[in-house]
Amino acid sequence: MSTRRIFARPARFASIAPYVWMVLFFLVPFAFVLKISLSQTAIAQPPYEPVFDLTAGWDALRSAFAAFSIDNFRLLVSDDIYVFAYVRSLTVAITATALLLLIGYPIAYGMARLPKRWQAVAMVLVIVPFWTSFLIRIYAWINILQHDGLLNQILLTLHLVSQPVVWLSTDSAMYIGIVYSYLPFMILPLYATLAKMEPALEEAASDLGAPPWQVFWLVTFPLSLPGVGAGVLLCFIPIVGEFVIPDLLAGSNSLMIGQTLWLEFFTNKDWPVASAAAIALLVVLLVPLLLYERLQKRQLEQGR
Amino acid sequence: MRKVSRLSRFNIASLALGLSFLYLPILILVLYSFNASRLVTVWGGWSLRWYHEFFNDRAMIEAAWMSLRVAVSSATIATLLGTLAAVALSRGERFRGRTLFSGMLYAPLVMPEVITGLSLLLLFVALNAERGFWTVTIAHTTLTMCFVAVVVQSRLGSLDRSLEEAAMDLGCDPVRAFVSVTLPLIAPAIVAGWMLAFTLSLDDLVIASFTTGPGSATLPIRIYSEVRLGVKPEINAICTLVIALIAVVIVIASLASKLSSSQGESAAPL
Repeated sequence: MSTRRIFARPARFASIAPYVWMVLFFLVPFAFVLKISLSQTAIAQPPYEPVFDLTAGWDALRSAFAAFSIDNFRLLVSDDIYVFAYVRSLTVAITATALLLLIGYPIAYGMARLPKRWQAVAMVLVIVPFWTSFLIRIYAWINILQHDGLLNQILLTLHLVSQPVVWLSTDSAMYIGIVYSYLPFMILPLYATLAKMEPALEEAASDLGAPPWQVFWLVTFPLSLPGVGAGVLLCFIPIVGEFVIPDLLAGSNSLMIGQTLWLEFFTNKDWPVASAAAIALLVVLLVPLLLYERLQKRQLEQGR
Repeated sequence: MRKVSRLSRFNIASLALGLSFLYLPILILVLYSFNASRLVTVWGGWSLRWYHEFFNDRAMIEAAWMSLRVAVSSATIATLLGTLAAVALSRGERFRGRTLFSGMLYAPLVMPEVITGLSLLLLFVALNAERGFWTVTIAHTTLTMCFVAVVVQSRLGSLDRSLEEAAMDLGCDPVRAFVSVTLPLIAPAIVAGWMLAFTLSLDDLVIASFTTGPGSATLPIRIYSEVRLGVKPEINAICTLVIALIAVVIVIASLASKLSSSQGESAAPL
């Protein structure tokens, strides 16, 4: 016990550098997002002009505060484009997360039932795609899904369709891309809880006469809920703000909020509206983010 | 033994389907990078033509070089800061602002990249910083140090504390005990953390797009603008090269974690 306390002081010093770094490059930037989301569009119009002059002193600061307006937020709730984008983001994220759970669960379940030695191999096999580039994996699907791509060729050869199907720029392509990219994030937490489960519990249930589906619903699934929660949060939060996958695979007629933010920022050069969209996105994600933080903390610090 | 019989046919089928779903698209991509034909649909025999094309594409090479430089420097800074953060969180007991600290470290792991990218850009603009290599490096460091911290922290958590305590009972001061006992034990996790930071930086499109300046595009930015115009065999070749590079990195990282698991109970998982 006493040795631990001795160790604690230098350890506290260790926190200084990363602490300062994160405050400077993670926390402070949010203040700027908030500030610019409250400012008038004209202030930030030339994108390269400094928008916040620190040298101008207190008076300038006060006049800057006086200029704050909530116009951008009013725009966000009154303009259909943004409202639709939010609704679409949430719909896509919920649908995709449900699909991921549906597809990921059987895989994680299969992994957990492998002999111990094979479990490690299977885990590496699931992690490896996570290391390969995100963009490359989406690009691989463009190869397959394009008009004369592999999927259409196979379907035509098997006479399942008479004409090439349009896959790219559809929602199905986007869902394939999202499920493909996020699958490891769903499988790994599920596998972690399923592998820890006591097999005797399932055996007891079936010895007492429960059919397999009942064993699963009444024993296995309820016990795996912590893993389900972790997997769902790990997928849902980033998918709501996803940009690359819908941009490359889905059609351009209905945008997700990440895409409208990108569009406002890079195409329309409207920084205040983009910032307001970012703040609104954060507000939507606040509850899932806090839940995730608690989960992560408990998981990493339970050994203490 | 009985473990094997628990595996039903359904389990095997879902595993086989799941793994082929994960790997087939990448294999197809690699295969087509060696296709001699310009048409993606027609197999025209083996060829290295698209690799030649890549090596003669100056803009692409410059972007790749930029990406490599950013990845190495940001991964190195991130590993340093992330390891310090992990030590502070797992050995520092309570200190003021600890909740804020861990909150800031875990949030970027799931934070949508558009938000992180936009907020950092606004900071850089406010500071009037010239955007390019350094701004992207700082942005990537901020993102990846969180991943390093998680990997190292989970290793520190599984470590037997009595080793450090024994060293201090034998007269080491805490710093010395850390350097000569703890550090060698967590070294494999630190290596794995660096590798992860490196690949994440090499991969990032969104944050780099926000924080880079004109004339200094990274490889994903170049690839992205090409991909938007359609499939090009040259992109297949570049992607294959990136996959090969990452494969080398994974092999090194898994060797490191094997070393780590032979020393302790469990390797640092992600």
